[in-house]
Amino acid sequence: MINFTEGTVNKSKLISRRMFTLTVAKFIIFGGIFGRLVSLQINESKKYRTLSDKNRFREWRLAPQRGVIKDYFDNEIASNKRVYQLHITPENASNIEGLFFRIQNILNLSNERVFSLKRKMAKQKPWEPIIVSDNLTWSEFSRINLFLHELQGVEAVVSVARIYPYKSTSHLIGYVSQASAKDLQKKEYLRNMSVPGISVGKTGLEHKLDENIIGKVGFQRYEVNAFGKRIRQIDLDKGQAGQNFKTTLDLDVQEFAAKTIENLAASICVMDIYNGDVITMVSSPTYDPNAFVHGIDKKSWKYLLDHRDKPLTNKSIAGLYPPGSTIKTIVALSALENDIANTKSNVYCKGVIDFYGEKFHCWKKKGHGSMNMRDAIKQSCDIYFYEIARKLGVDRLSETAKSFGLGSKTLGGFLEERSGVVPNTKWKKKFIGKNWYLGETLHSGIGQGYFLSTPMQLCLMTAQLANGGYKIKPRIVIDPNKKNQDNLKEYIEYKNANPNIPLPVDILVSNFNLEPLFRNQENINFIKDAMFASTNEPGGTSYRSRLTKKEFRFAGKTGSSQIKRFTEAQREAEVKQTELKYLDRDHALFIAFAPYDNPNYAISVVVEHGGTGSSAAAPVAKKVIQKVLERHELRMINKSKLGEEI
Amino acid sequence: MFTSRSIQSTLSFRDKIFSIDYILVFSILILGVISMFAMYSTDGGSFAYHTKSHILRFFVFFSLFIIISFFPIKFWFQSSLIIYLVFFLLLVGVKYFGLTSSGSQRWINLYVINLQPSELMKIGLILFLAKYYHRIPVSDVNKFRFLFLPIICVTAPALLVISQPDLGTAILIVAGGIIVAWLAGIKFKFFAYISIIFLALAPIAISFLKPYQKERILTFLNPDRDPLGAGYQIIQSKIAIGSGGLFGKGFLNGSQSYLDFLPEKHTDFIFTLFSEEFGFFGSVFILLLYSVILSRIVKIGHQTRSNFGKLYCYGFAGAFFVYVVVNMGMVLGLLPIVGAPLPIMSYGGSSMLAIMMGLGIAMSCKIYKDAPVN
Repeated sequence: MINFTEGTVNKSKLISRRMFTLTVAKFIIFGGIFGRLVSLQINESKKYRTLSDKNRFREWRLAPQRGVIKDYFDNEIASNKRVYQLHITPENASNIEGLFFRIQNILNLSNERVFSLKRKMAKQKPWEPIIVSDNLTWSEFSRINLFLHELQGVEAVVSVARIYPYKSTSHLIGYVSQASAKDLQKKEYLRNMSVPGISVGKTGLEHKLDENIIGKVGFQRYEVNAFGKRIRQIDLDKGQAGQNFKTTLDLDVQEFAAKTIENLAASICVMDIYNGDVITMVSSPTYDPNAFVHGIDKKSWKYLLDHRDKPLTNKSIAGLYPPGSTIKTIVALSALENDIANTKSNVYCKGVIDFYGEKFHCWKKKGHGSMNMRDAIKQSCDIYFYEIARKLGVDRLSETAKSFGLGSKTLGGFLEERSGVVPNTKWKKKFIGKNWYLGETLHSGIGQGYFLSTPMQLCLMTAQLANGGYKIKPRIVIDPNKKNQDNLKEYIEYKNANPNIPLPVDILVSNFNLEPLFRNQENINFIKDAMFASTNEPGGTSYRSRLTKKEFRFAGKTGSSQIKRFTEAQREAEVKQTELKYLDRDHALFIAFAPYDNPNYAISVVVEHGGTGSSAAAPVAKKVIQKVLERHELRMINKSKLGEEI
Repeated sequence: MFTSRSIQSTLSFRDKIFSIDYILVFSILILGVISMFAMYSTDGGSFAYHTKSHILRFFVFFSLFIIISFFPIKFWFQSSLIIYLVFFLLLVGVKYFGLTSSGSQRWINLYVINLQPSELMKIGLILFLAKYYHRIPVSDVNKFRFLFLPIICVTAPALLVISQPDLGTAILIVAGGIIVAWLAGIKFKFFAYISIIFLALAPIAISFLKPYQKERILTFLNPDRDPLGAGYQIIQSKIAIGSGGLFGKGFLNGSQSYLDFLPEKHTDFIFTLFSEEFGFFGSVFILLLYSVILSRIVKIGHQTRSNFGKLYCYGFAGAFFVYVVVNMGMVLGLLPIVGAPLPIMSYGGSSMLAIMMGLGIAMSCKIYKDAPVN
């Protein structure tokens, strides 16, 4: 009994001893848990709070509405319209396969489209909506709405998309389309606004103005649960619609001009000669920019790419043509300014000259006979200009041509704009790697050979001749922050009011901020007069296209740029341009300014493979000039109003 | 001896009431109330199913705890083998008539309640081993023939539970058994041998593990291995606790649990939810409450005179401690996710019943501290 009690006592001691060890262990382990709590909830609390917020909040970005582009009279030429869209949020749909089947029954949705949608869906998060159709017709939209209660996961969305109401402006405005990976890579401002399906400007003004016109991205911040379901909205920033832009364009003229050349491959540019406002810039054939907004189909895209007349090219700034005889104005001016020739000097034209064994022909096989400079411009005598160019040399010619805006980009900021070529000896050495031949100078003298220019450059050149030889900066977008600088107009008004005060060049520069392109303005005036003769005097190349009313009278210069050299046989047979294959015919060019007595506008017309400038380009110019001049008064009224606004 | 027996027999109801450990009762009540609020929060701040059911269970089982306390310690000593056998039979019953839920067969339908016998076995085993070691002298404890029965009694229910499969509960059952055996004087080297044998058997055991169990162990070793898969629970739990900071996000404002980022928030991750809403101070308060409960049970063990009472109280306290540590270690990312409830706090009837029963028996040791068991 005692033994047993002792045993019991021993055992109880053993248990207590072991219990003590256990208690120590408990303390240590609880200490460990305490330490872990300190580390998680105190030391690293900030990190976990961030992670928790990352869990909780999810942002959906909202694409902003693009700014509107208007013409000079506030017609919207790129605007926004309401579109009806169908979105699917995969996580809300219980059965995607069944859903697509239902939608295919309701809408006309191809199997390929469904396949590509499903692939896209697999790539993105289940809570991100996918756009099944971004431009439903009203009847499709109402049908969807009718069945909406049965279509779980489908959202019928009313959104806003770009619309271009006028096809005539398609090249100028360009178009928007879904941002590509390349866009995101190249454009800095897009990187901060990665909204799925955002449209970006791809060409034209849409591209040039993209950064400002695109607007500011908004966002919705939601609290979401672990399954991505939106619980409540935390924050909403609607973003900002893009800036609206006003252009110098006259939609009325634009539409009219487009109509005049709708069946041709051609370009028309009209410019205000004092402030460089582009009134019209048309390229033909055109395309429907709206087709790109919602994604163009392969067939239409291929059609546009393969078309003979390149409808996607904006011929006005991206089409390069030899300026042909239109360059003679500059050749003559350069000769006068450099004292190579005077207006009286005569050259006899026999129709052909021999130059180091090479034959150089005049367009007139019989020859023009004895020619002075005025007649040579009027009748576009090639022989005369071969002679002048030979004396002048290509380097001096290129200098004058460049100062009048050839060889460099006219508008700037257009992705598609090209600068053309004004050749000289250095240029040839650099880009072709060969020495210049004198024969090439002769070709340059009549705007052939290496010479390449855009219709817009020719228009600018003409404008700068017409305004008396002052440099202007063409513009197409009106910057509301910059006051319209009509210094040139002021200067001319000043000069008309004080005809007897001679103005040295430095006063022009300092008081009127002018940049004269001449040494002697008389030379400019002479060229203008010669151009007048070319259109308004019998025997002038564009005499048949003249406008007789005094306020409509214009002065112009024809040109045709050779595509393929005439063979001697053809020359002998007097083959007419119209008898040639279409693609072998010359490009027809015409430049002009109007009205002659008090010039306001310059125009350039290029008709691809039109044959001769006098037959194909000048008649077009005539119609457009009349239209422009008819609208002049309206434009001036609008301008004074605009002046008040600014 | 005789005198104490006579004292015991004359113990009046008044004496019994006075000898209840009120600090322990009070701590349990506070923890219970906290758990109700936590449950209310898991229901998204509404008085919904889990909350109602939890409150009801708490009060029913709390009453049971008081009732059990008044049963003489002698009764528990005498019936411990029967209790163990009944629980064991229930476990066997689960194998054949058990209810299956989310891939494991753990419950048995007793018409009144769906019982999880594995939870009860945690207490049953402690009770049984306490009696067993009470009866054999110290000198015999480490003899092989006396080791045989305990090993069988620990392994048999553990294997049944593992096969459900429920690794977590099996570990907790074994832990309780080992603690009692160790307290009774089993030598440390014995555990060392057992461990070596287990390690040697580990490759074979692993081949029996379910894929999800293997995944959990691997995930514990590196939670970032598969952040959206098996590591998700650990990561989200750590985020919830860590983001709670010093003072917590406030009652009903735990975004991690409210927005369903937290898995199993009613049961295994209830501490995470509480910790997110009440922060470091709240968590430490819970830790303190558990410490108080543990220390009271240990104190009862000190006061009670029978070795059965001591073994039971110390053993239960040790097991209780392990339950708390396994759960907290798990949600804090210190231990692998094994699926172990937090005593009293977690939602779950069987777990609550087992804990209250265990506490009741401990309290009975307190009330009848001077009474002999045989």
